[in-house]
Amino acid sequence: MGEKILMKGNEAMAEGAVRAGCRFFSGYPITPQNEVPEYMSWRLPEVGGAFIQAESEVAAINMIYGAAATGIRSMTSSSSPGISLKQEGISYCAGADLPFFFANVVRGGPGLGNIAASQGDYHQSVRGGGHGDYRTIVLAPNSVDEMGNFPMKCFELAEKYRMPAMILADGILGQMMEPVEFKFETVDPKSRKEKGWELGVASGRGKRIVKSYDLRENELEKINFIRMKKYQEIEAREVLYETRNCQDADLVIVAYGTSSRIASAAMKMARDKGLKVGLFRPITLWPFPSRELAKMAEKVKNFLVVEMSMGQFVQDVRLAINGQAVVDLYARPAGIPASEEVFAEIEKVYKKIKKAGPVKKAAATPRPRSVQAPVKKSKPAAKKTATKSKTPKARPVKRSTPNVKRVKAAKKKGGRK
Amino acid sequence: MELLNKKPAGLVDMKMHYCPGCGHGIVHRLVAESMDELGIRERTVGVAPVGCSVFADSYFNCDMIQGPHGRGPAIATGIKRSKPECIVFSYQGDGDLASIGMGETIHSAARSENITIIFINNAIYGMTGGQMAPTTLVGQKASTCPAGRDTKVNGFPIKVCELLTPLEGAIYLERTSIHNAQHVIKTKKAIKKAFQNQIDGKGFSMVEVLSTCPTNWGMTPLDGAKFVAEKMMPLYPLGVFRSPEKEGGAN
Repeated sequence: MGEKILMKGNEAMAEGAVRAGCRFFSGYPITPQNEVPEYMSWRLPEVGGAFIQAESEVAAINMIYGAAATGIRSMTSSSSPGISLKQEGISYCAGADLPFFFANVVRGGPGLGNIAASQGDYHQSVRGGGHGDYRTIVLAPNSVDEMGNFPMKCFELAEKYRMPAMILADGILGQMMEPVEFKFETVDPKSRKEKGWELGVASGRGKRIVKSYDLRENELEKINFIRMKKYQEIEAREVLYETRNCQDADLVIVAYGTSSRIASAAMKMARDKGLKVGLFRPITLWPFPSRELAKMAEKVKNFLVVEMSMGQFVQDVRLAINGQAVVDLYARPAGIPASEEVFAEIEKVYKKIKKAGPVKKAAATPRPRSVQAPVKKSKPAAKKTATKSKTPKARPVKRSTPNVKRVKAAKKKGGRK
Repeated sequence: MELLNKKPAGLVDMKMHYCPGCGHGIVHRLVAESMDELGIRERTVGVAPVGCSVFADSYFNCDMIQGPHGRGPAIATGIKRSKPECIVFSYQGDGDLASIGMGETIHSAARSENITIIFINNAIYGMTGGQMAPTTLVGQKASTCPAGRDTKVNGFPIKVCELLTPLEGAIYLERTSIHNAQHVIKTKKAIKKAFQNQIDGKGFSMVEVLSTCPTNWGMTPLDGAKFVAEKMMPLYPLGVFRSPEKEGGAN
C-alpha cells in the first residue's frame, strides 16, 4: 500500500485480483483484454495459483464454475463476444449461488464489431445477461486505479452475497496506462476461513452438492424468491456512485466508465464558461443508484446522459428519474466522444434550459416525488420522457428538442433534426 | 448369517429413477465400489451431467457438482487444478460427451488433465426421449431419424476411444460393456484403474462403457443386452486403446 505503480488497465486489474487472493484464472484470448490472461499466465504460478488457457470461452467459464465451487477465489475475463459465450456458465454460477469475479473489457458490437472501446454491453451486464432470473453485481471503473482496486471489491461482494460480480470496463480503460495504488491489504488465501458450502476433501463431514436445478414442485420458485430478496438487499445497501459539482447545477451529466471521464472534462469546460454543470457517475451499475438520481431530480430539472451505446444506459436513468426531470441523451454507439463534442452538447441543452425560463422555481410546486410512477395520470412514465411536451403541468416549458441526439454520421446527411 | 454383499458406501441409500434395464444403475455401483475400495470417497468430487444421469449428484455419496450439458471435463479441470488433492471424476452420456461436449473432451485429453471420465455410450439420447446421438448406429431408429440413421443425412457414428487414441495426453482409454456379468466385472476393473491412474498422477483416463437403453430402443431389457452384444460391439470393439503400460500410451 501507498506505492504508486504505472500500469496498463488490464494489468492493474489482473494484479488487483491476485492481491485480492485470486488463485485461479481461466480464459480465452480476445482483444482488447489479452493483457489479463498474459499477466495471469506468469503471475498466478508465482503465487501458487493455477492459470489455464482454455480451448474456448465456454470451457473457460465452466472451469470457473468448477473452481469457484471449491471456494477458491477465481477469475475470468473476456471481451464482448466472449462474454456472450460465457453467459450460460454465468447463469449456472448464479443458479448455484457461486461467487466469482469476471471482467468484460467491452469492444464495439454487435457481432464481431470492432476492437475499439464501447459501452454496448450495458443491458447484457446489468440485466443478468444469460437465461433465467438472476443479476450480477456490476462495477464500472473509470481509471486504471479503479481497475486495480475494484477486483477486491468484486470478490468481497461476490462472496458476501454468493453470486457473480463483474467489472464492466472498455478497451480504453484496458489499454491505457496510469498510476495505480492498491488500497487494500494483500489477501493470503491460506488465511481465509472455510465457508461451509465449498466442495473438496470431506474428511468426516457429509457430502455437499452444488447444482443450479431443482425439479421438485414449487421448489425452484422458492429459491428464486430467496434470491430476489437477496437482490433487494443489495439494491438497498451496496449502491456506489460519485457526484461532482452537483450542488448548484442547472444541468447534470450522467455517465459511467470512460464516458464519465470525457464528460468530466466537458463539465470543466462548461464551468470555465460559467455554466452550472455537474456530473453524476454511477459506480455500481447494478445495483443502480436509482434513489440517489430520483432525489437529485427533485432539485435538478435537466439531465444529460452521455453514453457510448445506443441509449441503453439512459433507460435506467429515465426509470430512476421517472419523469421528474428532462433527460437528454448524447449517444455514440460505436464511437468515442471528444470532450469538445460533449461540451457543445452541454451548451445546446443549456441554451434550451435558459430559454425555457426558471424551471427550478416552477418545479418547486408540489408534485409527486416518489420513485413509483404517478399512476393516476394513467400515462406510462417512459412515454412522458420519450415524447415532447406532455410533461406534468408544473412544467411550463416547451421542449421541442428530441431526446435522442443523432450521432455525427446522421447529422452529415442533413435534413434531420 | 454372513453378510456377503451390501450397498457400497459410495452410494446414497435411495431409490434411483432409472428405467428397467438401464445401465446407469450398474455403472453407478461400479464407480461407488471403486471409490470405496481405493479409499478415496471422502476426497472425491464428481461432476454430474445434463441428461439421464443428471441426478447422479444425489446418488453418489461424495461431493458432487452438476454442470451444463457437455462441460463436465472443463468443470472437472477447474476443480482438479484448484484442489489437486481431490479425486475428480466426470460422469457423462454420449450426447453430452461426444456431441455438445466434444471440444471439452478432446482438449481435456490433450492437456492430459489428471481426471477420470466415465463415459456411458448407449447410442441414443435418453432423457430427452430417444433422439439420435452421435453414437447412434447406422440404420438404428431414433425419434429424430425415424427411418433409421441414414449416413447421407445424419453422417456416421463417432467412435470416441478411437478418436482420442492419437492424443498423447490421453493416458488411459478403454472401452468396456455391461451387457453381462462377465463384462460388468471387466468394467469395474477398468473404472478402478482409471481412478488409480489419477491417484498416481498419471493423467487423463477415460472408460467408455457400452450401455443399454431399452426404453428408448423400444426393447425388453433382455433384448437390450442382446443389442449391445450383437449390434454395438461389432461397431464399438471392446479393449484398451491406450494405457500407461501399453506401447504407444504415454506414461
